[in-house]
Amino acid sequence: MSETFFELRDVSRYFRSKPSLTQRIVTALGRTGPPPALRAVDDVTLRIRAGEVVGLVGESGCGKSTLARVATGILPPSAGEVFYKGRPVTELTGKDRLNYLLKVQMVFQDPYASLNPRMKVGQLVGEALRVHKLVPKNEVGERTRGVLKEVGLDLGYMDRYPHQFSGGQRQRIGIARALAVEPDFLVCDEPVSALDVSIQAQVINLFMDVRERRGLTYLFVSHDLGVVRHISDRVAIMYLGRIVEIGTAAELFAKPAHPYSQALIRAIPSAVTRRRRAFTPLKGELPSALSPPPGCAFHPRCEHAMPICREVRPPLVQISPDRSAACHLHSTSESV
Amino acid sequence: MNAEFTQDAPLLDVQGLKTVIHLPDGAWPAVDGIDFTVQRGEVLGLVGESGSGKSVTGFSIVQLMDSPAEVIAGRVLFNNEDLRLASEERLRSLRGNRIAMIFQDPLMTLNPVLSIGEQMAEAILEHRDVGRQEALRAAADALVRVGISLPEARLRQYPHEFSGGMRQRVAIATAMLNAPDLIIADEPTTALDVTIQSQILFEVQKLARDSGTAVIWITHDLAVVAELADRVAVMYSGRIVEIGPVDEVLDRSRHPYTLGLLRSSAAMVEPGQRLNQINGMAPRIDARPSGCPFRTRCDRAMSICAEQDPTPTIDGRHGFRCHNPMPQRDAA
Amino acid sequence: MTADIETFAKTAEANTPLRMQVLRNIRNRPTASGAAIAIAILVLLALLAPVITPQNPYDLASLSVMDNRLAPGETGMTGITYWLGTDAQGRDMLSAILYGLRTSLLVGLTATAGALAIGSVAGLLAAHFGGAVDALLMRIVDFMLGFPSILVALILLSSIGRGVDKVVVAIMLVQWAQYARLMRAAALVERRKEYIEAALNFGLPTRHILLFHLLPNSIGSVLVVASISVASAITLEATLSFLGVGVPVTQPSLGLLIANGFEFLLSGQYWIAVFPGIALVLLVMSLNLLGDRLRRSFNVRGP
Ligand SMILES: Nc1ncnc2c1ncn2[C@@H]1O[C@H](COP(=O)(O)OP(=O)(O)OP(=O)(O)O)[C@@H](O)[C@H]1O
Ligand SMILES: Nc1ncnc2c1ncn2[C@@H]1O[C@H](COP(=O)(O)OP(=O)(O)OP(=O)(O)O)[C@@H](O)[C@H]1O
Ligand code: SF4
Ligand SMILES: [Mg+2]
Ligand SMILES: [Mg+2]
Repeated sequence: MSETFFELRDVSRYFRSKPSLTQRIVTALGRTGPPPALRAVDDVTLRIRAGEVVGLVGESGCGKSTLARVATGILPPSAGEVFYKGRPVTELTGKDRLNYLLKVQMVFQDPYASLNPRMKVGQLVGEALRVHKLVPKNEVGERTRGVLKEVGLDLGYMDRYPHQFSGGQRQRIGIARALAVEPDFLVCDEPVSALDVSIQAQVINLFMDVRERRGLTYLFVSHDLGVVRHISDRVAIMYLGRIVEIGTAAELFAKPAHPYSQALIRAIPSAVTRRRRAFTPLKGELPSALSPPPGCAFHPRCEHAMPICREVRPPLVQISPDRSAACHLHSTSESV
Repeated sequence: MNAEFTQDAPLLDVQGLKTVIHLPDGAWPAVDGIDFTVQRGEVLGLVGESGSGKSVTGFSIVQLMDSPAEVIAGRVLFNNEDLRLASEERLRSLRGNRIAMIFQDPLMTLNPVLSIGEQMAEAILEHRDVGRQEALRAAADALVRVGISLPEARLRQYPHEFSGGMRQRVAIATAMLNAPDLIIADEPTTALDVTIQSQILFEVQKLARDSGTAVIWITHDLAVVAELADRVAVMYSGRIVEIGPVDEVLDRSRHPYTLGLLRSSAAMVEPGQRLNQINGMAPRIDARPSGCPFRTRCDRAMSICAEQDPTPTIDGRHGFRCHNPMPQRDAA
Repeated sequence: MTADIETFAKTAEANTPLRMQVLRNIRNRPTASGAAIAIAILVLLALLAPVITPQNPYDLASLSVMDNRLAPGETGMTGITYWLGTDAQGRDMLSAILYGLRTSLLVGLTATAGALAIGSVAGLLAAHFGGAVDALLMRIVDFMLGFPSILVALILLSSIGRGVDKVVVAIMLVQWAQYARLMRAAALVERRKEYIEAALNFGLPTRHILLFHLLPNSIGSVLVVASISVASAITLEATLSFLGVGVPVTQPSLGLLIANGFEFLLSGQYWIAVFPGIALVLLVMSLNLLGDRLRRSFNVRGP
């Protein structure tokens, strides 16, 4: 077991918006370069061991979903390499590639857009089984019912269309669809954020049961820090396309090293202690991935920002045996 | 702003609202006779399970229920005007202007083929007599307020170029554009991370305080409601099972369901342990149990719960519907 | 925001099965239901023509030249009463019109179906593959839409000759481009949705994704436009036949009947041209009213 189960190595994903006609003319005249690419994921390295749960947390728009799509093979990376069981996935072809696609499954963020509105639930969940002939024809129905039961859906729902379900029920359908092809790695993009608390608890228990029963590995993307702390072995915190801190869940939540992690953990809402809180707006402007600030991307909002933060981008460095952070507060003491 | 000090009629007074869904085998109540009021400047949190009827309540208030759903009873008094009797034209001029709605699915509100700027400017120009440039400036301001930087560039982009959370922030910014009297926000921050959520909640609080905008904040997240709302209504199976000031409902919950929700939070157990879940599922709309609809999942159920539908009990400003409520107790 | 709410209404609409929406939208409108009933009657008449017509207008043996150009209501040698009169060959106009209706509908429907099929496939391919495929297909579409359709059809038919099949081919060729353009636009919107990503994540074959995911979710607006285009296909066919390049004289459509009666208009025998004309107007108008209703209720912009 020396090979890493799953690895993103120096992965970046850029989006280039189509240049307008004037921009194209200007470019053709050699006045400016092409429009800047949006770096949704910027040079991320992440190793995931078999059977572990890695939580991925970060601001909306920081690139979590893009990272998830690159990991599952829905989007190719613009740079860098994705490794599944030690093999770069770009080299996989035919059966091997299909195997990777099926074994690395995604549960989507948006329970509305992720189900084909013109397919019945039964068809939806069994589709890949049927098309790829993963099980004999007459067992598709059985397998479908099995996973629907596993995620706690009433079997009376099989012949309904997705629009007849409320948001929470749809997300279970999405989970069932992923489980149907027996994956070993689930990339969950905010899988419980559409569910209410009582069902969230069930689904998180479900994720934990399924993991135990099937020996799954998870990349668990969420903005709900409470949930991430609960379910993850390790947590990665992302900011503007980069991982700014990664470490074991318990340690990271107890003693966040990066100022952004600290801000996040402070902002966790609580039903127990806080009432009619005076919410504070964030200091500084939210940066845009279209033009990330130079130096540390967090510096415009950071209360500890130093002159060096405005100029030099802090690398992600190990600050303790199980923790890495990308912040000058830590890298200076370390590297100097 | 607290309700007890306000003598005026409430901004919104919902009485006996009932909305059914017509299915092939009959009409089933998605919202089953609910009553509540919202004062000017007040934030009412509406929480409940998936399928409990929160969205249907929101749509029913603004009379946006299309078949197979139908509002069949009740009154919706907005500034003393019954919206159920209002003409389509009147409703159109109210919606987006005096009443703004933020939908659960931002793609519902955003037109994929128009740029964000065009859509937001349109929302202003529809109800206000200003120039296009001014409308675009207002739109840019609104984007900054929900934490989207470089608004000028963003206004030229199309919805698909935004992340899910950014689309939702655009929808929120659009709703706040005309400083409405009432915002009905359906799970608006579900897809957002906490620092952005704080920022948006800050803007909502400010709008409620400064413009007297009342807010119905529909969510399943009790923690957000605890920090934002003045009052909370907990829905289950199309009814309001508990309603009252936020401290009353959360610290001295009387309904077993409310308590179950509070206990199921990840914060209540050690990491890695199973969460306290409320077992079972919310019943299907066409298969709700007799008597108290929660009884099949309730650990305090008694025999009467299967026979009789509990009627509302009012204890001061705190109301609940349960045969065997949690005993009254002092705050911990 | 009103626009938002309309978008919402549309989204909600998109979720109910297409069939139900169509029915609901027609039932509540008197003009639309009137048009639907008129179309149903006309189609029924056309289908039943061989059974209900007093005479087979193509069976030369049953015609009697002696009965030529009888006025409506007169009774001929054989004892048949010609309620709509007869033409120059002594053919019963009522029978001729019902058979003409058959031909017109046949041409209109098959040509539309063919154009729809070609256009949808082209649009889907363009949207899915993008790049060079898209550019090439869309340039062809632009080129096709750049010419007046009647001109293209005229030139085409004058070179390949007349015939029902040839008219159908000509109409298909001038109409597919509009469907391709519409289909591409609709599919581009759908393609960005997450259920397509899910399908990619399952490694489903491209053909499967196009056929079972993209097509069913994009075809709505295209079908609506097709329902309007049946009328224009019929009109185009009538025009071509009137100009003498359309269907053959042995299988006259309404357009050809009008052309045949045209020369007698000035001599007072109006019925030979006017009655087929009325039938054509009734058919085209009903199709247009119905199609327009559909288009408006689905909020589809015209081609
Ligand atoms: N198809 C695309 N074309 C252009 N830009 C894109 C595209 N998809 C994502 N982006 C951009 O990439 C950045 C990251 O988006 P992503 O959806 O990965 O964020 P996220 O972290 O998942 O956010 P959220 O929590 O809101 O879902 C955003 O700035 C977004 O605008
Ligand atoms: N168009 C519809 N067709 C059929 N049933 C519907 C429709 N709209 C709502 N329902 C049903 O009405 C009930 C209430 O739904 P509603 O969307 O209000 O729930 P909700 O409380 O908003 O749930 P969620 O938190 O999942 O959004 C559900 O049982 C749902 O299945
Ligand atoms: S009425 Fe009975 S079943 Fe319902 S919540 Fe109260 S105790 Fe439970
Ligand atoms: Mg995302
Ligand atoms: Mg809802």
